[in-house]
Amino acid sequence: MDAIADVDIGAELATQVAAVAAAGGAVEIVGSGSKRFYGEPIEALPIEVAAHSGVIDYDPAELVITLRAGCRLREVEALLARNRQMFGFEPPYFGVDATIGGMVASGLAGPRRAFAGSIRDFVLGAKILDGRGETMQFGGRVIKNVAGFDVSRLLVGSLGTLGVILEVSIRVIPMFETEATLVFRHDSADEHIRWVNQLGSEPYPISASAWSGGLSHLRLSGSEQGVCHATGQLGGDPVTPEWDAIREQSHEFFVPDQPLTRISLPSACTDLSPQAPQMIEWGGAQRWLYGDVDIDSLRRQADPLGGSVCAFRGHASEIRVFHPPAPALLKLQRGIKSSFDPAGIFNVGKLYPEL
Amino acid sequence: MPQSRRQKLAVRFREFLPGESVIDQPTSLAAYECDGLSAYREQPLLVLLPETVEQVQQVMRLCHEERLPVVSRGAGTSLSGGALPHAEGVVLSLAKMSRILKVDHLSRLAVVEPGVRNLAISEAVSSQGLYYAPDPSSQIACTIGGNVAENAGGVHCLKYGLTLHNILALKLVAADGEIFEIDQRSLQSDGYDLMPLLVGSEGMLAIVVEVTVKLLPIPRCARVVMGVFDSVEKAGDSVAAIIAEGIIPAGVEMMDNLAIRAAEDFVHAGYPVDAEAILICELDGTGEEVVTQIERVEEVLKKGGAVETRLARDEAERLLFWSGRKAAFPAVGRISPDYYCIDGTIPRKSLSAVLAGVRELSGQYGLRVANVFHAGDGNLHPLILYDSNNEGELEKTEELGSKILQLCIHHGGTITGEHGVGVEKLGEMCVQFGEPERNQFHAIRECFDPLRLLNPGKAIPTLARCAEFNAMHVHNGELRFPELERF
Ligand SMILES: Cc1cc2nc3c(=O)[nH]c(=O)nc-3n(C[C@H](O)[C@H](O)[C@H](O)COP(=O)(O)OP(=O)(O)OC[C@H]3O[C@@H](n4cnc5c(N)ncnc54)[C@H](O)[C@@H]3O)c2cc1C
Repeated sequence: MDAIADVDIGAELATQVAAVAAAGGAVEIVGSGSKRFYGEPIEALPIEVAAHSGVIDYDPAELVITLRAGCRLREVEALLARNRQMFGFEPPYFGVDATIGGMVASGLAGPRRAFAGSIRDFVLGAKILDGRGETMQFGGRVIKNVAGFDVSRLLVGSLGTLGVILEVSIRVIPMFETEATLVFRHDSADEHIRWVNQLGSEPYPISASAWSGGLSHLRLSGSEQGVCHATGQLGGDPVTPEWDAIREQSHEFFVPDQPLTRISLPSACTDLSPQAPQMIEWGGAQRWLYGDVDIDSLRRQADPLGGSVCAFRGHASEIRVFHPPAPALLKLQRGIKSSFDPAGIFNVGKLYPEL
Repeated sequence: MPQSRRQKLAVRFREFLPGESVIDQPTSLAAYECDGLSAYREQPLLVLLPETVEQVQQVMRLCHEERLPVVSRGAGTSLSGGALPHAEGVVLSLAKMSRILKVDHLSRLAVVEPGVRNLAISEAVSSQGLYYAPDPSSQIACTIGGNVAENAGGVHCLKYGLTLHNILALKLVAADGEIFEIDQRSLQSDGYDLMPLLVGSEGMLAIVVEVTVKLLPIPRCARVVMGVFDSVEKAGDSVAAIIAEGIIPAGVEMMDNLAIRAAEDFVHAGYPVDAEAILICELDGTGEEVVTQIERVEEVLKKGGAVETRLARDEAERLLFWSGRKAAFPAVGRISPDYYCIDGTIPRKSLSAVLAGVRELSGQYGLRVANVFHAGDGNLHPLILYDSNNEGELEKTEELGSKILQLCIHHGGTITGEHGVGVEKLGEMCVQFGEPERNQFHAIRECFDPLRLLNPGKAIPTLARCAEFNAMHVHNGELRFPELERF
């Protein structure tokens, strides 16, 4: 059993940030770099968080773990697994050394997202360094807490633009007794979307869905009895699961060296039918597209549908990575950014050119 | 307040609101003087009851122009004084906006106006096999807008989450009257996630004018087991033991002897009146799954020292077991002229220690305390019994409440799990958070509401307020629990 390194460099990080702030400089916050591709490329002095590691608190009966941000996701998941627990949101790694800080800052979740919740749903508290080098602590280690605005959850997906995440408390869930993956034939994307949404109105223990190339895959997770009962009712053929490959985008659908686009839409929406190969996850809400696509046109189509389009990987540099926000929301986000980071030193431009 | 200002303003609001939607008569205003925390009362200048989003915008534009404080109000069941009026401001009641606008069965969502009652949503969709999961005990009365503002929880939130986890989109009116929307139906939102800021913001960041809620399929089967204990501590430890077993019950509630007796007297649920504590544990899922899990829970309860376990035989008995719990607050109301509800949350492992601490404090203060609470979440609701007619008893009660909350912080918990800070826990906010955090809260508020018109004076204490609180609670130059990290 390898222990997670216990190294607290919080004070050094605070000194570094304060020095940068005083000098009027800017930094790029870096964990292991596994998700560095996600967001606009920026050039600034790196501030390395990966060495800030350690389990601050973990009592399995509380279903909560508190970690320093540099902890390796791999080691943390192994620790949880030894206690028959796990993260509900099934985080992708995109690199063996992926850190907890990067996981929270990117806010990316895996196949279980639509059925168990997002990282945000599980974050309970956080300790951060703001743009003045000041340490602040929000939320807590208990599952219900409405004291003060919920800043720790705001950090999820903020891509390091608000501050350096030093510690996070995250709710964990018990591992399931059993899992089964079934495959079904659905020729068109629309057929899959309708089917998987209809299944959602029945209390089946679904924990993942994916469609590509005319096949729908469905994962069931839960108690032996629950999964067995559902398998009996659903039909379909049992197959070897490929969820890890889908999560890590190493599945055969994800052809390397071509632009990858993520379209997010309300799960049952069939009003946007792109002319490119698709992989549809999350009960219909997350749709990956491969190849050259007209991002601007997709964005115009997604807007009125309540969706968004992200130029996830491999797109031309002049294309904005994230869906441009509505003006009112951009204004609020700018205000929030400068309230945490008044001088604009953290990951400037990583999320939006304007932030 | 000079009558003329009230009347002048009423005239201006009547330019766009129907006459009866502007309340300016002191007798009618009285109904809005307080919320569920009735010890605090204030008469507002006016109460406004808009019926459309457009009218809410018009109200906000005029308030913005006139620099009038605005206190939003749903059903007024807040237990923290969140909806307490401002003497120089208006109460903006969303009660008339109570339509369910759309139910989308395929997408499992409903779009509702903010004044829709929590329970009305589940009632409207139950024929389709769906329901809205968060179920505060006040669900017959409280509104979805109020739930969003407080991030309300309920008996089933251990498994199904709080309001935040069950909301897909919000339409809001900002302090200047502009509309903005947070739409997360696609489960992925680029940019800052403003949803967790807005949910639980106690009406201080924006007015919620439309809510898209997630609907879940009704579980095929739900069963309840009751564990009867001869000590509160054993019951508390059994809660952690159930979770350690890898089971997430739909809900685990606990009641102590005083609460058991009050509830039994009131609704005759068949509770064991001699027990020191009972645990009510519900499991849901498919029939077979529930049967095996409930057997495991029964075993854990017995191992934990339960003198008896009772399995509800049928749906009627399941509802009977719940009836006592659901009626516990009013039941306690029958055995005491007044009661004061505390809302601290602690790690489950500290349940027995904190309950013992509460009992000790109760003895010290000579005030009875009944406990009935969401044990699975570690969310305590000590109900302090008092009589406001007795000189100084309310003050003593508040002090005891504050002590209990500080005990929760001491055990790594928080001063409010679901009822919000409101006006009630401003002082304890100074203990839970340091100055940098509190300044950050003010700065966030500034982004949404630079003129600070929305529910001013609530939830986030000012520097001066904290100085005052600390001066009162610092003994011999030392803060209580100075060794604690604040979070
Ligand atoms: C007997 C009893 C039992 C309770 N049980 C529970 C429980 O189990 N769980 C729980 O979480 N709570 C519980 N509560 C507390 C209360 O019911 C909840 O806080 C509820 O969410 C308040 O809803 P409301 O419509 O009554 O809001 P109000 O009391 O009217 O307002 C509450 C707060 O929300 C703001 N607000 C209201 N509507 C809006 C809006 N549209 N836009 C912006 N801000 C708004 C108000 O300004 C105020 O700050 C209980 C209360 C009682 C009296």
